[in-house]
Amino acid sequence: MIVAVELGLIYAIMALGVYLTFRILNFPDLTVDGSFTTGAAVASIMIINGAPPVLSTVAAFGAGLVAGWITGILHTKGKINGLLAGILTMIALYSINLRIMGKANLPLLREDTLITPLRDAGLLGTVGALIVFGLLALAVKFIIDWFLHTDLGLAMQATGDNEEMIRSFGVSTDRMKILGLALSNGLVALCGALIAQYQGFADIGMGIGLILAGLASVIIGQAIFGSRVIVVATLAVVLGSVLYRVVIQLALQAGLNPNDMKLISAVLVVIALVLPQWKVFRRIGGLSNMKKALSGTGARG
Amino acid sequence: MLEITNVHKTFFAGTVNERAALQDINLSLAAGEFVTVIGSNGAGKSTILNITSGKLRPDTGTVTIDGTDVTRLADYSRARFIGRVFQDPMAGTSPDMTIEQNLAIAYERGKNRGLRPGVTRKKREFFQEELKSLELGLENRLKAKVGLLSGGQRQALSLLMATFSGPKILLLDEHTAALDPQRAELVSRLTAEVVERHGLTTLMVTHNMEQALRLGTRLIMMHEGRIILDLDQRQKEKTTVPDLLHEFEKIKGAALDDRTMLQ
Ligand SMILES: Nc1ncnc2c1ncn2[C@@H]1O[C@H](COP(=O)(O)OP(=O)(O)OP(=O)(O)O)[C@@H](O)[C@H]1O
Ligand SMILES: [Mg+2]
Repeated sequence: MIVAVELGLIYAIMALGVYLTFRILNFPDLTVDGSFTTGAAVASIMIINGAPPVLSTVAAFGAGLVAGWITGILHTKGKINGLLAGILTMIALYSINLRIMGKANLPLLREDTLITPLRDAGLLGTVGALIVFGLLALAVKFIIDWFLHTDLGLAMQATGDNEEMIRSFGVSTDRMKILGLALSNGLVALCGALIAQYQGFADIGMGIGLILAGLASVIIGQAIFGSRVIVVATLAVVLGSVLYRVVIQLALQAGLNPNDMKLISAVLVVIALVLPQWKVFRRIGGLSNMKKALSGTGARG
Repeated sequence: MLEITNVHKTFFAGTVNERAALQDINLSLAAGEFVTVIGSNGAGKSTILNITSGKLRPDTGTVTIDGTDVTRLADYSRARFIGRVFQDPMAGTSPDMTIEQNLAIAYERGKNRGLRPGVTRKKREFFQEELKSLELGLENRLKAKVGLLSGGQRQALSLLMATFSGPKILLLDEHTAALDPQRAELVSRLTAEVVERHGLTTLMVTHNMEQALRLGTRLIMMHEGRIILDLDQRQKEKTTVPDLLHEFEKIKGAALDDRTMLQ
């Protein structure tokens, strides 16, 4: 179970990226499935070729920025529907990721990675690793909290809330969307790089369906832990990510096949989307958060 | 301050739905002039405002603000010069953000937004002072989400946001129309005060003729994409609501005559 929590804390970085687009910009970005693998691919190939793990991980973040930037350009300058723009980049990235990796699977087992010191110290699977990964997730959370309260971040929030209004105060909403998409996919790619190092390989298929895990973390987290203000909302996303991995783990322990994971994810998201619409659940006080978290135009934040 | 020269705007040109919204509009506002705009539905009032703000581009003609030709500038690039309040009280604010965050966004009008904190203690004090002028008690609710405010409160806040960061031009499109009479009265009083205080060059669209006569220093009436009446302050003071109604009747009569002649 500690492993599930570890994974949840690492994946929280991806979920925070999804939060930026899905909640702050109100933009359902599917680039995620591709950019996650891009991050893993870039970091892995660099590490294999002898680059320092820190540099490789930072480069993965940069690659994610570019991926998100491209989706942003397609959507704003190319006037392509947001969902389609994300799908286009995601599919194009599949080929690009294969080019970067050279083959479908890159093992990192004999390489020195960011995780190696933890493994050597015997911390993986213990509370020690939980603290390290927890601090990492919280660091990303606090950076996002800080950013969203700067002048630029407020403009980005308003872009997702009321475009006409923020334009009337001199902000290019196109630029805000491009920036938000870039940052979001930067975080997703960073997460991909960390996961590759954690599990000891990068795989061309590792990002498939990941957007569901991201959405599930955001929706379930905010439904349970609230989303009234940003600092709460981002914490809820982190906790949602952990909860999601724990639920998956429980499902596996109950005898479900790892290949069923995608199905379980989809079912989880559907449940989280549909449940609050049922009157019975709406009447239960604790679930009012969930309704808010889910209503498309309602509380975001 | 604001020059609109030879502006034409046609929607759906070349189709059966073709609609000439503005026909050869020439309008010049001196600095500090406060013009009220009246006219029937579809007369082109909002279109003039949208051409000025950059939401729409004219087919021909130019828009100049304080000597700068802004005809080709995007709306957000012109926003430095222009404050706007919309008819819909929901449109001028960001409902999911707090009062102070909304004000902070407005405070940075047209500036380069960077990574400095949006709301600081100094700004908060300034916001509180400004909010007091609205006399709605909003200065004590800085951290309330704007979505929780009533339409009138939001519209008063929008007005403050549109004006307190020093635009040159203020565009008001029926900004009191969606409010109950009492709130409408409050917002039009605040409008008069704020225009006076900042000496704003103002275009205000309204369907309320009494309001159009009472506020402002000049009145124009529009019909079918043209300005058909332009009263300066002296003429405006002598005009009454029945006079304006009479003008409307005259146009309608003329339009009828045109149609009968065509038949
Ligand atoms: N974005 C648009 N697309 C197509 N036609 C438009 C658009 N905006 C305005 N029009 C048309 O242009 C004409 C002028 O519209 P405008 O909104 O300027 O009128 P208005 O004087 O503001 O009327 P109202 O009092 O009803 O607000 C109308 O016939 C309208 O249908
Ligand atoms: Mg109008």
